[in-house]
Amino acid sequence: MRSLGKFATGATVAALGWALLLPSPHAANAPVGDVEAGKAIAMDRAKGNCIACHMIPGGQSPGTIGPALVAMSSRYPTIEKLHAQIYDSTVANPQSAMPPFGKNRILTEQELNDVTAYIWSL
Amino acid sequence: MNKTILTLAAIGLTLGAAGASQATPQEDQAMFQSYFMKRFPNVPKDDFVNGAYALDPVGRENWEAIEEFPPYETAVSNGEKMWATPFANGKTYADCFPDGPAIAGKYPYWNKDKGTVVTLTMDLNGCREANGEKPLKPETGPMAELNAYIAFESRGQIRKVVIPEDDPRALAAYEKGREFYFTRRGQFNFACVTCHGANSGNQLRSEILSPAFGHTTHWPVYRSKWGEIGGLHRRYKGCNEQVRAKAFEADGEEYRDLEYFMSYMDNGLPLNGPGARK
Repeated sequence: MRSLGKFATGATVAALGWALLLPSPHAANAPVGDVEAGKAIAMDRAKGNCIACHMIPGGQSPGTIGPALVAMSSRYPTIEKLHAQIYDSTVANPQSAMPPFGKNRILTEQELNDVTAYIWSL
Repeated sequence: MNKTILTLAAIGLTLGAAGASQATPQEDQAMFQSYFMKRFPNVPKDDFVNGAYALDPVGRENWEAIEEFPPYETAVSNGEKMWATPFANGKTYADCFPDGPAIAGKYPYWNKDKGTVVTLTMDLNGCREANGEKPLKPETGPMAELNAYIAFESRGQIRKVVIPEDDPRALAAYEKGREFYFTRRGQFNFACVTCHGANSGNQLRSEILSPAFGHTTHWPVYRSKWGEIGGLHRRYKGCNEQVRAKAFEADGEEYRDLEYFMSYMDNGLPLNGPGARK
């Protein structure tokens, strides 16, 4: 049991490692994220800092550079599409001012999933 | 997308394009200036030297209150003392700059002998070295104070940067500066123009992004964030670091060429340094 546990942990670490190395880890499965953790990341200057550019309901002193983050599940057909946009918005629009949060490793994969879950909930 | 946005992008898009289709610096400058004047039709041309305060009445009011007792005043008077204090050999800056101290309007310029863009701080350090003194750090400390005095004495001079046509290296330096301006860099993938072109006037959190036009006229600046005076290249370094890119050396080739491009874009504007900013 003990060795199996070890093996499972090792496999998880390996899978995470692979996820970080792959160019588009968002493509395969629907991201599973924590909405509350995502909210903290979205408001944190050193992390997502979404509020610096986007109006977010309930957020203080929002920027005006990007569109307001409202009704997201009606603006994006799937959560994967939203995830892809946060991962690297220059794919959809090369002129996009938004930093590529996933591609440039500004956020970890888990943070990206959390923030995606939060934005999707808006 | 409106037409003016396309126009500014066009300056960037001429980058690396076939020589025949490349805009001249004069064409770049006309496009650049008209882009910002169309984007902010209520801002008089000369008011672009005031950056975000040209756009934001509340910020301007606070800033004008600060200017009542300018935070750069100490720097100006320290700089004035430096200007007048003889070097160990008895000479002064005035021996190097007979037209001085109101010389800011001559910079930056193309030096054909050296084959580089020369900034004011480079010539001031050159003067020091010719007189047996050590050069100073260009973007901060005593050099920024000396620069503040020179800027203060030069107020009202008109920006008139020249790209001499008899030396193709001058045009190449300008083009490198332009390329720098439009190149995305750093973990955040921002070019200078990302924030200060099509997003100028927008708010980054509660800060209004200043338009690129007029960015070079008011240096050095007493920045509240720094709590002291600093030069344009210090701000360049800070900008590069903010987008999580590598900062370059003050007075190094990258920033010299960038200053050359940006100053050329500001031709025709009055100089108003030193400045005070948040």
